Amino acid sequence: MPDTSDPTAVFRAERVCKVYPMGDTEVHALRDVDLELRAGEFVVLLGPSGSGKSTLLNILGGLDVPTSGTVRYRDHDLTAYDDAELTRYRREHVGFVFQFYNLVPSLTARENVALITEIAANPMAPDDALGLVGMGQRTAHFPSHLSGGEQQRVAIARAIAKQPDVLLCDEPTGALDVGTGILVLEAIERVNRELGTTTAVITHNAAIAGMADRVFHLRDGRIIEVVSNAAKLPAADLKW
Amino acid sequence: MSMLDRKLARDLGSMKGQFIAIALVIACGVAAFVMALSTLTSLQTTRSGYYNSQRFGDVFARLKRAPDLLAERLAEIPGVLRVQTRVEMEVTLDMPDMAEPASGRIISIPERPGRELNAVYLRRGRWIDPDRTGEVIVSESFAKAHHLQPGDSFRAVVNGNRVGLQVVGLGMSPEYIYEVRPGELLPDNKRFGVMWMNDRQLSELCDLEASFNSLSLRLARGAPMAEVLRRVDLIIEPYGGSGSHDRDDQISHRMISDEMKQLQSMATVPTAIFLAVAAYLLNVVLARLISTQREQIAMIKAFGYNGREVGWHYAKMAGIVALGGALLGIGVGARIGRGMAVMYAKFFNFPQIEFQVEWWQVALALLVTLGASGLGVFKSVRHAASLPPAEAMRPETPPTARVTWLERFGLMRRMANSSKMSFRSLFARPLRTALGVLGISMAVAVLVLGTFSEDMIRYVMESQFQRAQRQDFTVTFAEPADLSAVDEVRSLPGVQRAELFRAAAVRMRSGHHHRKVSLMGYGEERRIYPVLDMQMQPVPLRRDGVHLSATLAEQLQVVPGDTVRVEVLEGKRRHADLIVRGLVDDFSGSAAYMRMEGLWDLLAEGPTLSGAHLSVDEKDLGRLYQRVKDTPLIAAITSKNAIVQSFRDTMAENLLRMKVFIVAFACIIAFGVVYNSARIAASERSRDFATLRVLGYSRQEVSRLFLGEIGTLLALALPLGLLIGYGFAAMTVAGLATESQRFPLVIYPATYAFALCVIGVASLLSSLWVRRKLDELDLIAVLKARD
Repeated sequence: MPDTSDPTAVFRAERVCKVYPMGDTEVHALRDVDLELRAGEFVVLLGPSGSGKSTLLNILGGLDVPTSGTVRYRDHDLTAYDDAELTRYRREHVGFVFQFYNLVPSLTARENVALITEIAANPMAPDDALGLVGMGQRTAHFPSHLSGGEQQRVAIARAIAKQPDVLLCDEPTGALDVGTGILVLEAIERVNRELGTTTAVITHNAAIAGMADRVFHLRDGRIIEVVSNAAKLPAADLKW
Repeated sequence: MSMLDRKLARDLGSMKGQFIAIALVIACGVAAFVMALSTLTSLQTTRSGYYNSQRFGDVFARLKRAPDLLAERLAEIPGVLRVQTRVEMEVTLDMPDMAEPASGRIISIPERPGRELNAVYLRRGRWIDPDRTGEVIVSESFAKAHHLQPGDSFRAVVNGNRVGLQVVGLGMSPEYIYEVRPGELLPDNKRFGVMWMNDRQLSELCDLEASFNSLSLRLARGAPMAEVLRRVDLIIEPYGGSGSHDRDDQISHRMISDEMKQLQSMATVPTAIFLAVAAYLLNVVLARLISTQREQIAMIKAFGYNGREVGWHYAKMAGIVALGGALLGIGVGARIGRGMAVMYAKFFNFPQIEFQVEWWQVALALLVTLGASGLGVFKSVRHAASLPPAEAMRPETPPTARVTWLERFGLMRRMANSSKMSFRSLFARPLRTALGVLGISMAVAVLVLGTFSEDMIRYVMESQFQRAQRQDFTVTFAEPADLSAVDEVRSLPGVQRAELFRAAAVRMRSGHHHRKVSLMGYGEERRIYPVLDMQMQPVPLRRDGVHLSATLAEQLQVVPGDTVRVEVLEGKRRHADLIVRGLVDDFSGSAAYMRMEGLWDLLAEGPTLSGAHLSVDEKDLGRLYQRVKDTPLIAAITSKNAIVQSFRDTMAENLLRMKVFIVAFACIIAFGVVYNSARIAASERSRDFATLRVLGYSRQEVSRLFLGEIGTLLALALPLGLLIGYGFAAMTVAGLATESQRFPLVIYPATYAFALCVIGVASLLSSLWVRRKLDELDLIAVLKARD
């Protein structure tokens, strides 16, 4: 059978299933998901809560393993990795942005970024990363002295400072108001554009889909539709 | 510094209260450990060095009189390396600075110091000049008590002869490291002293020319002790030997060994308690910290830190606290140890006590601390290390609350729902709650354990000196005297009542058990020295049977009604079988009692007396003392008040010092456990409390709920602590019991009350301290946070 897959694919997931046992019953978080992400691409995974988008992101990021199916990152089979190999994979290739920022409260903005750059092979300077997300002036502040949007931008700086190959963002604007959310999305957009980092954002906010190259719609653990945007909207033009 | 270490430093900083509390608990345990171990090693090294340099004997025996030639037969016993014969005499001393006569023991020493056993260590002055008469070397402690210097002189009655003695030197001997009058517990250096005199001169004074009445042997390594003792006894028996013994029955050696045994148990039991509590605290605090930092752990791992790095991060945190506590404990322990060495220098006459904390003791303390802490945090650290990053990002499932079994029985139906909340939260983590209760109860137990000895001593003092021994003085005769002594004693100035006694050294046997004891013969009417039974009632002594102290009966494994074999070790050395008529509670050791007439029958030597208990009119004391000094019949006079007073003074000082430490240590445990439990409760329940505040509960109501939770812990812990304390005390009393001494387990209610108050107040203060945190609850932020 000829290989029909795209040679520029960074991720390739095939027939991925994830089942969580819940007491006597089983919850199917993902059912036979196939997906490819290309280098430098900006994708949005869109769906209501419980649609499986976080599970998919966790599996792509090496935080979780599928119950069945395969996930390949370039020429590595993530599903064959043990815990130590997954850790090394995350350490070398993946940047995460979480809905609740997950900054270490006892470290300043710069130190939170440095926490990650000091274990990275080829990081940028923490101050440069913070500058890239517009936080160059507040590097010495502790998380408790930053607003939610500022904290999220520090979290983005932290994620990109090690120059990852992929940036995975889990509801990055979920806890923010519109104005702040736009600022955060602009930061992500800039990283994608200037560093060429393959970026996946999961959200249940349909408005964000406008800034993606491609949009994956998920429901009940399945990808029900993939939409390619002919023209991407700048984050600044988004409205919700 | 790496960022993870920076986080570590700041986490330590933000939880400093909790970590300091734990470090203090560790410090207490390590301090006890280092103090006891370093003092123990110092005592051991000092003693064994001293024993070696002064050639301390392995076997000792007293006899009446034996020719010097007998030494050759003793030397032929297999295993004997060296025989030292000498003359020893109990003497009455007339000290210029004291109206009351003192007593002493003069021991003969060779003309020139050589290779003799039990050699005198000359501290000041010179050796005795054999050509001058009356020269003595005096024990340094006795000299200090009387401010004696070389050149000073005093008078003594030696074997009925009044002689003038001149001090030429101050010295000490390995036989009298603990210089105590036979039969007493604490040294009284004013009233009893040891001195040494030239061999020839002392022999002449005691009519023991070319003879000896005391011997000491040095044995080869591995010599069969029991066999040597048996053969020594066979040889000396015809010469009035009253049984030989090894070092274990040498008073000074035994007292130091007992002290070492106590130090040994101090190095283990309190250390184990404190470190166990610390391990528990580290466990709960770290487990809580890890659960509040779940999301941080998730993020750190998501970014590629591995489990080992995360686990090490938290292990280091515990390690730093443990290390800090251990270092503080080592410092404090060394200080207290130095203080103990100073105290020992007061009681024990060593040329010097070399105190130092050895590197291996420090290493051992660190190792034990890190080991205990490691055990405590192992589970939490492993949990942090193995927490899968995806799972760590979800909030922790709250512990399953359920209707407790108490509720099922309807016991809590009337309880407010808010109180049920506290109650169920305690029951939700039953193991942690139980260990917390155990931790606080340990504080109570440590206090009871540390202070009950005072009760014990008070009880012994009261029962012994107010009820059992009502005499003012006891006089003992130089030799057993005939009945004419009765009149001589009664005619002493100021004597209102005299109760005479005969004491004989005997060996009691039952089956293969045997003990050497004093068999005391008393008259029928005993008002100032009643012999009391276990219920503190006077015992009707019998002519045809013996009463044994409970300790002795236990050693011989006999009960009233059984028969014991009595072998007299003096005079005609007769043997007889006597029925045990009853038991006597005698805290101060093994003794047997019967009517004086019965003892005379047994000795088969007619009526003789060994001494008398006296009650005396105080205004005649001066004349009494003077007369006693001039009466050759009386070898020694002991004042009960002087014993009681010196006992009180020494004990009071030591007990007070101990009590300060123990109260401080117990409060540290209480503070450590309560403060940490409260902090954790406050942090875990802040969401509940904030919810209640949002719903309209006042600050006071929320505080009451919070304090109620701590109060429940206390209500469970305090009685349990008393129980555990009682158990510890019982174990201690059992451990302290020796052949010669047994202590009653007496704990007065005041001691329990003291423990409850101290721990109650310490707990209350620590929880109030934490309660302030509740006033700072940020109601909105708490409700918004995900955890």
